[in-house]
Amino acid sequence: MELVNEILQTILSGIAIGCIYGLVALGFVLIYKATEVINFAQGEMMVVGAFIAYSLITVFKLPYWAVLSLTIIALGLFGFILERLLLRSLIGEPVFAIVMLTIGLGYFIRSGVSMVPFWGTETYGFKTPFTDKFVRFNDFVLSWEQLAIIIMTLVLLAVLFLFFRYTRLGVAMRATSQNQLAAVYMGISVKRVFTLTWTISAALGGIAGILLSPITFVHMNMGFIGLKAFPAAVLGGFGSIPGSVVGGLIIGVTESLAGVYLPEGWKDVAAYIILILVLILRPEGLFGVQAKKKV
Amino acid sequence: MPFFEALGVSVSFGGLTALRRVGFEVNQGEVFSIIGPNGAGKTTIFNCISRFYDVDEGRFIFKGRDLTRVSPHSVAELGIARTFQNIELFRNATVIENLLLGRHRHRRSNLLTEVFFSGSVRRQEVGNREKAEEVIDFLDLQAYRDQTVAGLPYGVQKIVELGRALTMEPELLLLDEPSAGMNMEEIEDLAFWITDIKEELGITIIMVEHNMGLVQEISDRVLALNFGETIAQGAPREVLAHPEVRNAYLGEEEAFASG
Amino acid sequence: MRFIMKKDYYQDIRLFKYRSTFFWYAALIVGCGLVPLVLDDYLLSQLTFVCMYSIATVGLMLLTGYTGQISLGHAAFFAIGAYTSAVLTSKGLPFLLALPAAGLLAGLVGIFIGLPALRLSGLYLAIATMGFSFIVDEILVRWESLTRGNMGMIVEFPSIGPFSFSTETRYYYLTLTVLVLTLLAARNILRSPTGRAMIAIRDSEVAAQAMGISLARFKTTAFAISAFFTGAAGSLYAHKLTFINPESFTILVSIEFLAMIIIGGLGSLHGAVYGAAFIIFLPQVILMSKNYLPTYLSEQTGLESALYGLMIILFILFEPLGLYGRWLKTKFYFQMFPLYKKDTFRREKKFFKAERR
Repeated sequence: MELVNEILQTILSGIAIGCIYGLVALGFVLIYKATEVINFAQGEMMVVGAFIAYSLITVFKLPYWAVLSLTIIALGLFGFILERLLLRSLIGEPVFAIVMLTIGLGYFIRSGVSMVPFWGTETYGFKTPFTDKFVRFNDFVLSWEQLAIIIMTLVLLAVLFLFFRYTRLGVAMRATSQNQLAAVYMGISVKRVFTLTWTISAALGGIAGILLSPITFVHMNMGFIGLKAFPAAVLGGFGSIPGSVVGGLIIGVTESLAGVYLPEGWKDVAAYIILILVLILRPEGLFGVQAKKKV
Repeated sequence: MPFFEALGVSVSFGGLTALRRVGFEVNQGEVFSIIGPNGAGKTTIFNCISRFYDVDEGRFIFKGRDLTRVSPHSVAELGIARTFQNIELFRNATVIENLLLGRHRHRRSNLLTEVFFSGSVRRQEVGNREKAEEVIDFLDLQAYRDQTVAGLPYGVQKIVELGRALTMEPELLLLDEPSAGMNMEEIEDLAFWITDIKEELGITIIMVEHNMGLVQEISDRVLALNFGETIAQGAPREVLAHPEVRNAYLGEEEAFASG
Repeated sequence: MRFIMKKDYYQDIRLFKYRSTFFWYAALIVGCGLVPLVLDDYLLSQLTFVCMYSIATVGLMLLTGYTGQISLGHAAFFAIGAYTSAVLTSKGLPFLLALPAAGLLAGLVGIFIGLPALRLSGLYLAIATMGFSFIVDEILVRWESLTRGNMGMIVEFPSIGPFSFSTETRYYYLTLTVLVLTLLAARNILRSPTGRAMIAIRDSEVAAQAMGISLARFKTTAFAISAFFTGAAGSLYAHKLTFINPESFTILVSIEFLAMIIIGGLGSLHGAVYGAAFIIFLPQVILMSKNYLPTYLSEQTGLESALYGLMIILFILFEPLGLYGRWLKTKFYFQMFPLYKKDTFRREKKFFKAERR
């Protein structure tokens, strides 16, 4: 019973962290589907979101849910500005250039965060409505922090699903991601779709950051976890939205189990071993589709 | 034994059948044209021969050798060159650099000798350049030799691609819609060049074409496809007059009207 | 504009296009040789690092700039070279053998990585190499019996017989020599069929295959060559610092290499060296400019990294051809004066969809 409990607990924390990976991966995949760009700075969106939330909670003493909404808006704005200022001028340039740009951007944001007054290089924490609250089933203990992550991710997914399926903007975005030229012919403003994609992805990053804060605390390097989201996105299949979350969950759980049951060090590389295996055995991932270039 | 033959080749993509039991023979030294409306499967045949696609059924045999499952780069090594419908040149390189790449098949050096750029590598390079200059002469590309491909007019790019295929010194040349996008003068030049390639260089040519005038003028034999199936094969005049062929291109009523 | 009348094929294939280029390079080498007479030890040491990193960036340039395969994991090859050399010399192998051995082992690992990388392109390859880098990093930390893990390894000064490279000047000449040899080798590769094949793969894999270029063979070769040079550079690095630990070989170092080739100018060997020089000297420049910055900014520890990221961004936005590109444009401007057209170097934009995997 002890062992079962332990395993379940490990799996649950794996699911929780997996949700975070999934959210970050989702941010990547959205941008990739719409613009063919991989945003290496996605992890850094989390950092910005976490710091903003931290400031709002501790300095301005705002309630959690207000902070959540405000951070979403702030990050959305951030993504909007980034797209307008930087990414837009790079449309049509080779992918490599854009990738390097996002890498440079990530660097800049990470260091930039440490230079903002009151933020700096320290580690911070903040209280959420879920801190230190637990749910007990017999011997089985669940922390509300973890549950909150899982539940909020589900809600987010549902919202996104409805958005993409039933709203005009959502359908427009899906159309653009499949065929830009056709979308333009149909009167869809591709530029607007790009901007919207970055806005949404940045907001997703911000939410992920807030959800992650109780686990890793807020500091400038917390975005490195975002790198784990790459294996998640690849595992799920880079063009697939449900895939990224599923991929994230698998990686999260595997890591968690590896951390407990395998010798030291395996936990850190588990994600990347999975990544390489997937790329060798099934590069299109679980849900992706391979396409061949037409000559 | 025919120089090149296709035996019962079938290919489908998902639910769409691109080729259905297509078979033909090509004799050495002839110009063999493949015609048919868009979507008939012409370029698919080339892509199968080049091994970019796998066939579901059937075989390709070149000089007695079964090509059906070899790797894409081996096709070139065996002596088959091709041009592409949507030009696949090395855009950031110059014309001469593109042509030199056609010489890869004749590479005798290895990495070690190349790192030290030994005498044999030097001689090989000179030999490569000589051959490339011959092709430039043949196709009148002197004016463009050192220009980057990306800036060249479309018609010239097509000729460069032809030149690149020629520097390979192939035995079989696959031309995918060589006259597409060219004006009347360029097409006339093209006709002369293709005939010269056949007669002076002794290269066998399989050509996918839409320009019926060109097909009629220079082909020895013609294959007509529609919806992935063979509808006629034989001498150009016969094939082009074949009712089903006219039907495929012009539509039923027209075919009826012209009898 | 100068025109050369070519009268034989040898003129086409030689190393230097114009006679004068040869003299300029000879002068450069002589100049580099005389540098230790003028500079103090600290700056000399920085130049040594420039040479060292240039060897690594030439490796990366061959793979990424010329063959078009993005690698986010080159720190791993650097590490493999460094540790191999460290371990071998600690077991008594002379440095002159350890250096190429380090390169060879790194090259072998490069082949090993190149093989699965065949199925991947562009971004997938970047991610895979990143994963590879993390795994190597972890192995270095955990394999304590070999690498002493996080405690690091002490490495001795290299020596050939009784002659030990223990001074800055001697080490400088050592790295300079290796750099010159590397550049020669790279130039030779680039003007031979292998080099052309690599460029062909970058520009059009389909056409390359149609030319008889085996993607498997040449992509793997590119990885191997690239890893070899980077590994050799790693060996030089280890022996210069005389102490290495896994922290010197993280993903950030991989990014640093990439930044070097981008800032230097993708697709040129000059770019490899310019980029390395730029990044190595950047901290000095920042240090010097601190006097001109408001105190608040200059005190920040994050300033350097932030400027780093900013440099990458600015170069990509405004100078995609890198420093070498800027040099070419400037030279061209003066050559064409007053007929220079502003859009001469403008790259055409491609708006159609790339292959989606």
